[in-house]
Amino acid sequence: MNSLHVRPPGPLVIDIENITKEYIMGEEVIHALRGVTLQIHRNEYLAIMGPSGSGKSTLMNMLGCLDTPTSGRYEFNGKDVSEMNGDELAEIRNREIGFVFQTFNLLPRSTSLRNVELPLIYAGVRPEEREERAAAALTAVGLADRLAHKPNELSGGQRQRVAIARALVNHPSIILADEPTGNLDSKTGEEIMTLFETLYQEGNTVILVTHEADVARHARRTVFLRDGIVESDETTVTSARETVEV
Amino acid sequence: MKRFLYEVTEAWKIAAGQMAANKTRSVLTALGVIIGIVAVTLMGTAINGISAGFDKSMSVIGDDVLYVSQRPWTRMNDWWNYRDRKKIRTEYAEKINHAIAVTPNSNLEVAVPTMSLLRSVKSGDYSVDNVFVLGTTTDYTLISTLDTSEGRFFNEVESRGGAEVCVVGYDVADALFAGRTALDKKILINGHSFRVIGTLSRQGTFLGLFSLDSIVVIPLPAFKKYFSAKSEADVRVKVRDKTHMADARDELTGIMRRLRGLPPEKRDDFNINEQQAFKSTLDGVKATIAIAGLFITGLSLFVGAIGIMNITFVSVKERTKEIGTRKALGARRRTILLQFLIESTALCLVGGLIGLTFAYLMCFGMAAAFPSFPIRFSLGLVIASMIVSVLTGLVSGIAPAWTASRLDPVTALRYE
Repeated sequence: MNSLHVRPPGPLVIDIENITKEYIMGEEVIHALRGVTLQIHRNEYLAIMGPSGSGKSTLMNMLGCLDTPTSGRYEFNGKDVSEMNGDELAEIRNREIGFVFQTFNLLPRSTSLRNVELPLIYAGVRPEEREERAAAALTAVGLADRLAHKPNELSGGQRQRVAIARALVNHPSIILADEPTGNLDSKTGEEIMTLFETLYQEGNTVILVTHEADVARHARRTVFLRDGIVESDETTVTSARETVEV
Repeated sequence: MKRFLYEVTEAWKIAAGQMAANKTRSVLTALGVIIGIVAVTLMGTAINGISAGFDKSMSVIGDDVLYVSQRPWTRMNDWWNYRDRKKIRTEYAEKINHAIAVTPNSNLEVAVPTMSLLRSVKSGDYSVDNVFVLGTTTDYTLISTLDTSEGRFFNEVESRGGAEVCVVGYDVADALFAGRTALDKKILINGHSFRVIGTLSRQGTFLGLFSLDSIVVIPLPAFKKYFSAKSEADVRVKVRDKTHMADARDELTGIMRRLRGLPPEKRDDFNINEQQAFKSTLDGVKATIAIAGLFITGLSLFVGAIGIMNITFVSVKERTKEIGTRKALGARRRTILLQFLIESTALCLVGGLIGLTFAYLMCFGMAAAFPSFPIRFSLGLVIASMIVSVLTGLVSGIAPAWTASRLDPVTALRYE
C-alpha cells in the first residue's frame, strides 16, 4: 500500500493569515471570508470542504490568485500576493498554479496538444519546446495516443486528463482542483482520483476543493470551512491509514 | 519587443483558427469591409484617373508658356470688364520677339501669334463640324507639344507666304480619310481649299471635355485672309527658364504695356495667363471631388467597421468563459487585448484583400469597356487600402478587445 504513504511535507508554499473577503451585492455587504488563517506546505495533499455558501469558492479564488483579499496577508512562496495587480497575478498563476476545473474548460476547437500548450504560450516558451513538453505531459496522464484529438472526440475522463496535463505542464507549485470529479461518473471519477494520488506521490502539491466527502477522503489533510471561517483542519484520515499501514 | 512579436504571432494563429471555425459569420462580416474597400479603392482610382487626365491636359497648355490674351482664363464672373478692351494683335508677337532680341539676359525665348475659330471641315462626302482651326506661324512647333505622326509642319516660307497648306489632327484625318493617308489630300475649311502636308499624333481630350485631336493648323496669313473677321488672337510666349516664371511675367508685362502705349497710371488692358493659374483653380476642384468622393465612400467602409465591431463584441461575449480560462492559465491583459484586436484586424485585412482583388478586376473591366476613361490603379493605392483595412480593424476592435481584457477572471470563469 505504498500509494497511501504520507510523504513528508516540504517548505511553506502558501501562508495565509487572517484574510477576509467582502462583496457588495446591491445594498448588502456579503462577508464571504471572515478571517481565514491557513498554511500549506510543498507536497501536501489537501482537501478544502464545506457546504455551499461556506466561502469555499472564495477561498479557492484567493488560493488560485484569481482574486485578492479585502484584508489580511497572503504570501505565496514568500511573495506577498495580496497587493499584486492583475498582470502580476497572471504571472503567478501561469508559473505557480495548475488549475483543474469541474467543467474541464478546454478550448473546444483546439487539439489536446494545443490545449496543453496554452500555459506555455503565456509563459513565452518557444514553439518546438512547447510541443515537446505538452506531449510529455499528455503522455504522463496516459493520453499519448490522443494528442491530435479535439475535446469533443474525447470522453469526459479523457478531457479531465487533458486538463490535468495542462495543469502540470508548467511544473507549478500547486495543483488546484475545483470539484474535479463533479462532471464525471463515479468509476471515471475514481480513475481521476487515482491520477491525483500518483501526482502526489510523484512530489506534487495537490489542493482539492470539493463538497463530497468521498473525494476529500483521498487527501491527507482536510480543511473544513463554514460561514467564512475554518471550522476544522485535521489530518486524521491519513493518520488512520498510516496506522493501518504501520 | 521579442515577447510582443511572440504574442502577436500566437494571436494571429488564434485569429486564423477563429475565422476557419466561423466561416459563414466571418464571410458575412468581412463583406461589409469588402464593399467598403471596393468603394474606396474605386473612388481612389477614379480620383487618380481624373487627376492624371487633368495633368495631361495641363501639359498641353505647357508649363513654360505665357499667354497674352484679352481676358483672363479663370475669372469669368466679371467678363464685362474685359469686353471692351482693345484686341490682342498678332503683330505683337514680332514686336515682342524684337524686344527679346534687344534685351540682354531676357527671361523670354520666343513669341508666337495664334488665332483660332471653330469651323467645319470637308473632304468629298465626309465632313467634320466644330473643328478647332488654328492659325499660327512655323514657330508654333517651338512652344507646343504637338508632334507630327506623318508628313511635316509648315515651314517658314509657307508660314510667311500664307500658303494654303494645313496640318490636321488625328480625329480630322480619321473622320475624313478613315485609315488612308491624308497627305497631299485637299480639304475644304469653310469652303476654302487647303492641302494636307502633315497629320498630328493623337493628343486625347482636354479635361475630358473636348478632343484635342479635332484640330487643323494653318499658316497665320491664310487664316487672316479667310477667317479673321470674328476671331480673337493670342500671343504665346515661351519662357527660357520656368523657375523664373514671375520675372518672365514682369518682363512680358513691361513689353506689352509699351506696345499698348499705356501711361504708368493706367491699369493693364490685357491679361497674361499661364498654366499655373488655371491649374490652381483646377486643383481646388480636384481636391473637392477627392474629399467628397472619399467621404461618401468612406461611409460605406465605416458601416463595415461597425459590423466588425459588433461581431467582435459578440465574440467576446460568447467566449467569456474561454477568456476566463485563458486568464486563469496566465494570459495577461495585453495578451487578451492583442488577441481580439488581431482577430478584428485579420477579418478586416482579409476583407480588404478580397475587396482589393474585386476592385482591381473591376478597374480592369472598366478599362477594357471605356478605354477613354483614365484609370490609374497604383501600388500606392494598394498600400493605402491595406493600411485603411488594418486601421479599420484596429479601430473597430479596440472597444471589444478592451472589454475582454478588463474582464475579471473569477466572473469570467463563472459565466455560462
